[in-house]
Amino acid sequence: MTAVFPDRIDIALRVNGEEVEARVPAGRHLVDFLRLDLGLTGAHASCEHGVCGACTVRVDGQAVRGCLMLAAQVDGLDVWTIEGLSDNGTVADLQEAFVARNALQCGFCTPGMIVAAEELLAQPGLPSRHKIREHLSGNYCRCTGYEAIIDAIESVAQARAGKGAA
Amino acid sequence: MNSRFGNPDRPNSYIGKTVPRPNAKRLVQGRGNYVDDIVLPRMVHVVFVRSPYAHAKITGIDATEALAVKGVLRVFTGADIAEVCTPWVGVLAHLKGLKSPPEYAIAVDRAAWVGEPVAAVVASTRLAAEEAAALVDVDYYALPEVTDMMTALDDATPILHPDMGDNLAFERSHEEGDVEAAFAGAHKVIEAHFKTGRHTGVTLEPRSILVDWNPGEGQMTAWHATQAPHMIQVVLAEHLGLTESRVRVICGDVGGSYGIKVHIYPDEVATAAIAKIMARPVKFIADRLESFTTDIHARDHEIWGRIAVAEDGKILAFDIDDWTAIGAYSVYPRTSAIEGNQVVNLCGGPYDFKNYRAKTTVVFQNKTPTSQYRAVGHPIAVTVTEGLVDMAAAALGMDPVEIRRRNMFADDAYPAVSPAKMRFEGLSHHASLTKLVDLMDYDALRADQAEAKSRGVVRGIGIASFIELTNPSPFMYGIGGARISAQDGCTVRMDPDGSIVAASSVTEQGQGTEAMLSQIVAEGVGVLPAQVRIVTGDTQSTPYGGGTWASRGAGIGGEAALQAAKALRNAILEVAGAMLQCTPNTLDIRDGAVVDMADGADRMPLSELGRIVYFRGDTLPKGLPRELVQTRHYTPSDYPFAFTNGVQASYVEVDTDTGNVKLLKHWCVEDCGRVINPQLVDEQIRGGIVQGLGAALFEELHYDAGGQLLNGSMADYLVPMAGEMPDMIIAHVETPTLESELGAKGAGEAGTAGAAAAVMNAINDALRPFGGEVTSMPFTPERVLRGLNKLQD
Repeated sequence: MTAVFPDRIDIALRVNGEEVEARVPAGRHLVDFLRLDLGLTGAHASCEHGVCGACTVRVDGQAVRGCLMLAAQVDGLDVWTIEGLSDNGTVADLQEAFVARNALQCGFCTPGMIVAAEELLAQPGLPSRHKIREHLSGNYCRCTGYEAIIDAIESVAQARAGKGAA
Repeated sequence: MNSRFGNPDRPNSYIGKTVPRPNAKRLVQGRGNYVDDIVLPRMVHVVFVRSPYAHAKITGIDATEALAVKGVLRVFTGADIAEVCTPWVGVLAHLKGLKSPPEYAIAVDRAAWVGEPVAAVVASTRLAAEEAAALVDVDYYALPEVTDMMTALDDATPILHPDMGDNLAFERSHEEGDVEAAFAGAHKVIEAHFKTGRHTGVTLEPRSILVDWNPGEGQMTAWHATQAPHMIQVVLAEHLGLTESRVRVICGDVGGSYGIKVHIYPDEVATAAIAKIMARPVKFIADRLESFTTDIHARDHEIWGRIAVAEDGKILAFDIDDWTAIGAYSVYPRTSAIEGNQVVNLCGGPYDFKNYRAKTTVVFQNKTPTSQYRAVGHPIAVTVTEGLVDMAAAALGMDPVEIRRRNMFADDAYPAVSPAKMRFEGLSHHASLTKLVDLMDYDALRADQAEAKSRGVVRGIGIASFIELTNPSPFMYGIGGARISAQDGCTVRMDPDGSIVAASSVTEQGQGTEAMLSQIVAEGVGVLPAQVRIVTGDTQSTPYGGGTWASRGAGIGGEAALQAAKALRNAILEVAGAMLQCTPNTLDIRDGAVVDMADGADRMPLSELGRIVYFRGDTLPKGLPRELVQTRHYTPSDYPFAFTNGVQASYVEVDTDTGNVKLLKHWCVEDCGRVINPQLVDEQIRGGIVQGLGAALFEELHYDAGGQLLNGSMADYLVPMAGEMPDMIIAHVETPTLESELGAKGAGEAGTAGAAAAVMNAINDALRPFGGEVTSMPFTPERVLRGLNKLQD
């Protein structure tokens, strides 16, 4: 019987642009795989049922909850965490704006916030303040009251739109 | 005395400016180092078996099956842990009559709330420990539970702790003036019943601790998400039988605390005990259900309040009857009586009136213990006070701004003492209210409200004034016997290259403590903030102190840093004077260089002074002091607390068909004395406001009559999210405290203190034309519809 449902799965994927091969327990969540097996502690486990967004990472271009996806499901996919997005400069302007606007306090939500914000900003068009608030409505921050985060993302959206137009 | 910080043209003028936080850059890159990010060799994981009963005798524990799970190393019962760890009692001597029974790290023979630890499973992985925890077979004998606050003292109610004699944990009454006569002679008397919802802090990072015990050197090291490393050191040492110097508490990055992480939690102490028994690193990270069932709760209050007013709106008297239920134990070591005590201290706080009666009744119940959460007691006192003031204004046909103007302490009335016997050094209620009215353009907003009404859109404006207790002296805890420091220290050192290292006993939870300290030290020494490296959160390498709670980091820790920095400056100049052959008082340090005081002419970079002192001390006069490390401590002593004040306003839209409340905008003017970093203070206020908005609209822990928590997940317990929150306009009036040179008071709790009351008053302003009113938080759509009498079943 156990042979039908193997409890360990071989996966091969790209994480932050690097090839990774691993054998993972079938029940291993993506966020635990990243944190415990790969040492990528930027994504955080918090509510562990998809509500708070602290574990948000990018999988094949989409912001996903690392606590709602299994490591086995990312076999063959392209995963980016805050570490990789920092190293390659993708979110450098967001990070700079977050620091300048003090759009973070304890910093526990911030990697997830930035991945979620980057997903929004990668879409065409200049998002309204309301749209930014709606897009982040699955990312919980207990420290800031959100306004500074919205300000920071809005400023980056405008700066990127300005650059695109120039 | 401290007015020089108001001059923006002074040299090294960093106090009062927005400078970036030194730790923010790595946090946005995901390079934080929270406890769960730490992995140590031989580390094991502990998972707790928790009581599913609100009240039950533990009649047996069988761990056979659990121990058979692969990876499981040990299972501990309460009795096992009690062999190495003594129980504690959460009382304070100055809270007279407060009682609570001994509490064990793991329940020994009786569990008293759902979630209380009854056994611990240790395994090589958390997965194995969790799997095994479900297999620990605990035999319970259910006992009658006490869950209703208002009947807790009835004769028919069982006594939760039979040894205590009754279910009363604490009560305190205060009376001033002739309350009965004031009510008898009043033009109007308004009476109302308020409820604040039991809620909790919901820190994004759950409670986390990793403890190692090295028997070779008799050393315990705890990496802990905490606000008070030295308090934790004291408690672990005392209850595990160690000397304090052999317990090192390290507090790295903390993912939110807000008062949640300033208490002693049984599971965390048990983790330390297990590390001592097993002599290897043991990690405990709470999961989200554990956060909801075992993080301290707060604000579970019912209050009956009366206000007496004269025809001209003058407040004649307040009469407050506050009830709160604190769970099964008073939390150690800060106790669970402070919140009710604060309600007695703070009701009527902004107002100059004569007759005051307040009572708090604090009872035990079989629920999660309550204790101090951000703005302890303030939101309750402000809700009752400001709710009654608005109701009185409405009864008199008076504008809510006007009634406040007629009653607030005059800005030149200080020092003043409130009817609750709180001492105010200097507040600015009128200046703050005036600023608020201008900021929100009150008249225009009233016009907008009227215009909306003409379109059938129901809007309301609410105001809430408040006072806030900050910078607590030893009168808060030390006087009651708790080994919780009201003093903080800072050691400032110059390294050979002229850069500065400052180690402080206040901690960083994201407020910007390290930025605040860096700019104070930079100004005090005379260097750039970027040249200052701040060290916090390590009992082994920082001076002794209280940590970060009760809005004390900047006011107390900041003053210690300023004095230490100034002492280092003087020590540097003494050496510089000898080297440059002039008197030190003709020299200054600016931007990291020794200069002439008179004209700022460069004399010598600090790196040159450092090179001589550290590597060529032989060239300096023998006997010349060259102590380029200085430590100073500070504790407030003139006043028990540095009170601050502020006023908030909320503009809401109420859908009278659905009961939904939309927050349109929020304003806050507050006076925290000297503002050290305007951006950080504003963001403290904003974040605090949103926690208050959560209390107003969303947050409430629901229990059934059997003491079962019904909404222990983030899907069921609602918190403010970005979509529902308004933009917030923040401004300040600055009345520095004269007690310290820095002049800073606290700012971290002002937002939370007044936000919920402002929203309540705004909703009631909107509902009043319909004859509606709400006074039970949170104001859910259902409660708003009930307030409008549209729901009656």
